[in-house]
Amino acid sequence: MLPRKSPCHKKLVTESDGDRMADRLMCSELSQVGTVKEIEMNRHIEVPFLEASAASLRAGDCVYLTGILYTARDAAHKRMYEALERNESLPFDIRDGVIYYMGPSPARPGRVIGSAGPTTSSRMDKYAPILLDMGLKGMIGKGRRSQGVKDAVKRNGAVYFAAVGGAGALLSRSIVGAEVIAYEDLGTEAVRRLKVREFPVIVVADAEGNDLYDTAAQRYCREATVDCMNIGGAISQT
Amino acid sequence: MRIINVDLVVSAIKEMCIEANHFLSQDMKDAIEEAAKKEESVVGRQILEQLQENLNIAKQEMIPICQDTGMAVIFMEIGQDVHFEGGFLEDAIHEGVRQGYGEGYLRKSVVGNPILRKNTGDNTPAIIHYSIVPGDQVHITVAPKGFGSENMSRIFMLKPSDGIEGVKNAVLTAVKDAGPNACPPMVVGVGIGGTFEKCALMAKRALSRPIDKRSEDSGMRELEEELLERINRSGIGPGGLGGTVTALAVNIDSYPTHIAGLPVAVNICCHVNRHATRSL
Ligand code: SF4
Repeated sequence: MLPRKSPCHKKLVTESDGDRMADRLMCSELSQVGTVKEIEMNRHIEVPFLEASAASLRAGDCVYLTGILYTARDAAHKRMYEALERNESLPFDIRDGVIYYMGPSPARPGRVIGSAGPTTSSRMDKYAPILLDMGLKGMIGKGRRSQGVKDAVKRNGAVYFAAVGGAGALLSRSIVGAEVIAYEDLGTEAVRRLKVREFPVIVVADAEGNDLYDTAAQRYCREATVDCMNIGGAISQT
Repeated sequence: MRIINVDLVVSAIKEMCIEANHFLSQDMKDAIEEAAKKEESVVGRQILEQLQENLNIAKQEMIPICQDTGMAVIFMEIGQDVHFEGGFLEDAIHEGVRQGYGEGYLRKSVVGNPILRKNTGDNTPAIIHYSIVPGDQVHITVAPKGFGSENMSRIFMLKPSDGIEGVKNAVLTAVKDAGPNACPPMVVGVGIGGTFEKCALMAKRALSRPIDKRSEDSGMRELEEELLERINRSGIGPGGLGGTVTALAVNIDSYPTHIAGLPVAVNICCHVNRHATRSL
């Protein structure tokens, strides 16, 4: 059995109606922050995205992704970018797809994958807008994005999700299949096609231009010398 | 004089690489458990609970706590009465890392040339810091360091006139800039004084101090406590999703410095603050 866990989810697997209600309450705590309106919580979503489902997600939503994700991090993004510069095609169809910024640890024999949590997304900021303009609909990582990426998310009705950083053993349980499909020589940085079942993520940046990191920290900020509006600011300028 | 065969070093380092990446030390586990009780945000509390569950899964199923199993940072404190035989000590250390990362199914995250960036395939070389200490023992600390938080670390070459307020600002700035990127709750290692490289090394070393142990210097202890409180008032919270636990500890080491300077290094570590220690 797979765990169904997101940062807004408490119980494993079997969820009674009571649990669902509790989840709604917890998630709405997040989504009420700032201007984000009350929205539907704990959605189970198929990926690649169908129709406009990416654009309908809002910052603070806790969702579970089921379907296919593609992994790519620094080196794979650089290669894809260079391929595009040479007018070559990408190693997989990114239209309506989701890229997971992740490089797993090796699988032990008999296992699908090793530890598999998100890496810092800002390192892919240089490459993300062009992929979004080509039809990429979702990205999963951790940490701040640049304004350029958030603008591209908005422009394309896409979405940026965070998964819990440093919970790679837990997250690996939602990955039921993994195969290297390109750049095998890059080792952990190769492009992998992952089959996921109820992979838990939170919407950080949405198609309306909301950014959960802006609003969530502000709510608990009590330190006058820290500019709470600009947490993670120095690295999000690129 | 005591003779130690370097094969002992190889096997100790191999085992410690595997141990550190699968089992967090008890003090770190306790700190996360404590944080989960204190956190005011519901979502923050749940993230902290998930981190605890992640630790259990890692231990029971032998899956690394985090997929970034780090660059192997190794502190070698060598008693001056020790003599090594059977090969070159440094080769033995790298060999231990090679075996640990290979046999332990740990991620190979090291590139050879930082510009050309080809993966070395075995997570070597390690980063090794030697010091000579009295006695005839060898104390080894293996501290695999992830780069999500390493990338958020900073050095500030302050002026003496910046004083203690300058030091506080430096630490708070580094933490604020790190925000959600460094996988909070963080552990903040700070080195104050010395030279450019000395303060960085102190900040790194401070991360492997037991998390419940405060500085022995009363002034530094007060600074640690004040900074922790202020960091936790930043609102960043677990996962950067808002909350009252942003850091688990601030560990400060200091050293005499030059009349013209006040170096401050801030080495940020995530909640996966790994270190294994052993004496030979
Ligand atoms: S910063 Fe730490 S917890 Fe986060 S991905 Fe890196 S090693 Fe893992």
